[in-house]
Amino acid sequence: MAIDLRTVSITPLRQTFGHLARRMGADKPASRYMEATMDLQPVENYHYRPTWEPQYDIFDTTRTSITMKDWYALKDPRQYYYGAWTLARGKMQEIAEGDFDLVDELGLAAAYPAAGKEEALQVFLPLRHVAWASNLNKAYVSSYGYGIAISQAACYASMDQLGVAQYVTRLGMAFNDLDALATAKTAWLEGAEWQEMRRYVEDLMVEKDWFQVLVAQDFALEGLLYPLIYERFNDKLNAAYSPVFSMLTRFQREWFGETTKWMDSILKTTAADNADNKEQLAVWIKHWRERAIKAVQPIAGLAFGSEADAVMEEVVQNLNARAAKAGIAL
Amino acid sequence: MSNAFIAFQKNDDSRCIIEAILDDNPGAMVDDQPSMVKIDVPNRLVIKRETVTEKMGREFDLQELQLHLITISGNLDETDDEFTLTWNS
Repeated sequence: MAIDLRTVSITPLRQTFGHLARRMGADKPASRYMEATMDLQPVENYHYRPTWEPQYDIFDTTRTSITMKDWYALKDPRQYYYGAWTLARGKMQEIAEGDFDLVDELGLAAAYPAAGKEEALQVFLPLRHVAWASNLNKAYVSSYGYGIAISQAACYASMDQLGVAQYVTRLGMAFNDLDALATAKTAWLEGAEWQEMRRYVEDLMVEKDWFQVLVAQDFALEGLLYPLIYERFNDKLNAAYSPVFSMLTRFQREWFGETTKWMDSILKTTAADNADNKEQLAVWIKHWRERAIKAVQPIAGLAFGSEADAVMEEVVQNLNARAAKAGIAL
Repeated sequence: MSNAFIAFQKNDDSRCIIEAILDDNPGAMVDDQPSMVKIDVPNRLVIKRETVTEKMGREFDLQELQLHLITISGNLDETDDEFTLTWNS
């Protein structure tokens, strides 16, 4: 008996979900990010209003003065959905842990010059409170934001800030055990240099417009603070002492570099959507940039002494350049 | 005129590579088979690192594509930024 072998090609009836095919304009395979993001938030048939704010729906576009033709245009260029984000952070954390282990094993933190420790702790350690405030503010953006595209990315950034707060704390413990934390808390609550910063982040905790919180926290404040601390101040400590500070702040530096891409793309997309957005973003950025400069200036003073003004001018210019690149004229 | 071609296993990563190829090679023809995708381009097929990076949303090393590669045809020229298959016609 002769047996004929023949190949049968079975083509799937559809390549992806209907709502994604309609979005992409063609029935083609969608990425995991698209599947885990697009149109996931309910947009109609809300049964109940929030009891604490009955003027709004549970998900409401009018919670911010920014408007978008499509809220899912605010895509994350890093394409983080929960799985991709945890994998990426797991990898970063593993490397950062390796650095902490090495510093511990070789006794590098103990051998760090006392003057360097003092300088680092004074400028750096109160930032654990800033990171915690940042966690809260980003969580607000996440919970009141509209559309999964922006709210999931804000949620990840919010959790990232908890990680940042922990890494800052661990550096403090490595340098001067629990005393470092107590001193930093006193500085945060009572130190004159920190009060503008504290006012800034605490004011944001009661700001209602979530997009404004995002601009003020992620762009204006962190856009000045991170380059100042993790680049300029880091360089200064490295030159004077040893690269231990760099090793113990690796996570934050990598995080900021990556998150900047996301933030810039959000600003660019939002500004490009309509002229009112562009104007509103410019107003917010101008307002919060001035306040952020006021908040960061005393810390720059602590870190750089007489050179503080020059360093501040540089980081402010970089921030302005980022806004210009996003198409926002200040 | 011969076709330069490349074939990949179908998965999440290779889908981004294929999208990048389609963007960068206007004459590309896709042969979509179960669990494999083959792409033909007359004379010259190029894969650019930058385009793939953008599609994937992360840094991409061109050598990573070897993980998903089934076969290629054409003379290979590989740099850090481009992976090119050509026929001299």
